[in-house]
Amino acid sequence: MLRDITLGQYYQTDSVIHRLDPRVKLGGTLLYIISLFFFSNPLGYLAAAVFLGIVIKLSRVPFRFMVRGMRAILFLMLITVVFNLFLTPGREIVSFWKLTITVEGVWTAVTIAVRLAMLIIGSSIMTLTTTPNNLTDGMEKMLRPLRVFKVPVHEVAMMMSIALRFIPLLMEETDKIMKAQIARGADFESGNIIKRAKALVPLLVPLFVSAFRRANDLAMAMESRCYRGGEGRTKMKPLVYQRRDRVAYLCLALYLAVSITVGRLVWLWI
Amino acid sequence: MGIVKAADVVYEYIRRDEEGNVEGITTAVDKVSLDIAQGEFVAILGHNGSGKSTLAKQINAILNPTEGTIWVDGMDTSEEDKVWEIRQTAGMVFQNPDNQIIGQVVEEDVGFGPENMGVPTKEIWERVEESLRAVGMYAFRKYSPNKLSGGQKQRVSIAGVLAMHPKCIVLDEPTAMLDPSGRKEVIRAVRGLNQVEGVTVILITHYMEEIIHADRVYVMDQGKIAMQGTPKEIFSQVEKLKKLRLDVPQVTMLAYELKRRGLALPDGILTAEELADELQKLRA
Repeated sequence: MLRDITLGQYYQTDSVIHRLDPRVKLGGTLLYIISLFFFSNPLGYLAAAVFLGIVIKLSRVPFRFMVRGMRAILFLMLITVVFNLFLTPGREIVSFWKLTITVEGVWTAVTIAVRLAMLIIGSSIMTLTTTPNNLTDGMEKMLRPLRVFKVPVHEVAMMMSIALRFIPLLMEETDKIMKAQIARGADFESGNIIKRAKALVPLLVPLFVSAFRRANDLAMAMESRCYRGGEGRTKMKPLVYQRRDRVAYLCLALYLAVSITVGRLVWLWI
Repeated sequence: MGIVKAADVVYEYIRRDEEGNVEGITTAVDKVSLDIAQGEFVAILGHNGSGKSTLAKQINAILNPTEGTIWVDGMDTSEEDKVWEIRQTAGMVFQNPDNQIIGQVVEEDVGFGPENMGVPTKEIWERVEESLRAVGMYAFRKYSPNKLSGGQKQRVSIAGVLAMHPKCIVLDEPTAMLDPSGRKEVIRAVRGLNQVEGVTVILITHYMEEIIHADRVYVMDQGKIAMQGTPKEIFSQVEKLKKLRLDVPQVTMLAYELKRRGLALPDGILTAEELADELQKLRA
């Protein structure tokens, strides 16, 4: 049923990675992605793959869930690989018609494919092991310094979590309106794209009206429960770093040191 | 002076056309005065458009009276710097359970009010636990609100207000969108709050069955208080209630009709047991 949909792609299980502070996971993912762009030899990627493997093992999320995220960008990956393969100048391997494959081309194509794959898998580990709510909390706390520049961090986080709460409700409502319109002879399924888009108008109008009404009600309910922005607010579940979070940061630092050293420097020695 | 006191309260909705010119004025609440004592269970009854919801929103300082004054625990609701204290003293539960639950997990929603008030973390957890237990929803604390029934959601909303430790709870048609069993659930929880926790309850409704247990009832019509008294006093005036377009409970109606046909029954019978007893007496 629509009510049961999980947002994002959180995979419910209990693991060390799941229990980590969302800030560690956010920061870790970011650093991991950046590290992927520092390597200039296969050893760096090997280090990154080993690290990724360990995290996957620890997260207890089946590997196929992570690969699922790759499907979306498979096409993009294919295009970049093909372009790099044929259009990089350098030492020639084979050549037919106007296309040439070069040693450098093969190297860049493979690097890019591996880099993209690791990037996608790495970031999907974060979304698979962190609830959207937790992620919002983590972002709010991490971005707090931006308040100095008048960025409404708390408000944005609040908006995100309200949106997350209301998406299933609005989806259910869409379903209800759709059925009501179908019962009155509306046709959402036939015709060309323009006709179908037009058919959506009687669906979207009531949906927006009801969303505005809900927003009005919610604002009133929040005010009557003394909501007045982030100032002076306490947290029921404050984010506090535990021992495991400190250990995780240490592991991350270790990974960065090792992978960047082998990924950049070793090449020079050979 | 009681916990909630209103003196000659008037509230006008001003309708404007597109240029902002005044098209007309609707008086939703018209010179209403009431005085509710601490610990009382008061019901405000009226059909749609009688002004009962407008009155309720003024108690919570969401709306301010056009004329007259409302005091909540001695604080004038039109004083701006008292707004948060007033909302904390007189909590409010609204009609649509989906549109007043903010959290994605039951316990987080109940903690929302105390979080806003700046209650320390440890105390928030204590308050959440005791409030959820008071409405019998503690077992569901880890659930997503989307997976609860209407009655359960409304009980969570009540717990959310309760966690702010109010002296008074205003419920604005809390059962209007629920099925009969959900309605019973909510009314039972509300009665529990009043009797066990000693919270003043102001229940706004158009269901007659729900006011049977109230200490006092105000009936509103066209923005004015049309009747007031104990449920018994109100229900003994069947003719007048019908004139105000309010449904009388079936049992009361039956007793009323029987009496009209010549049976010597007392006025204002509210429950089936009561009627059965009276009929037994007649046979004896």
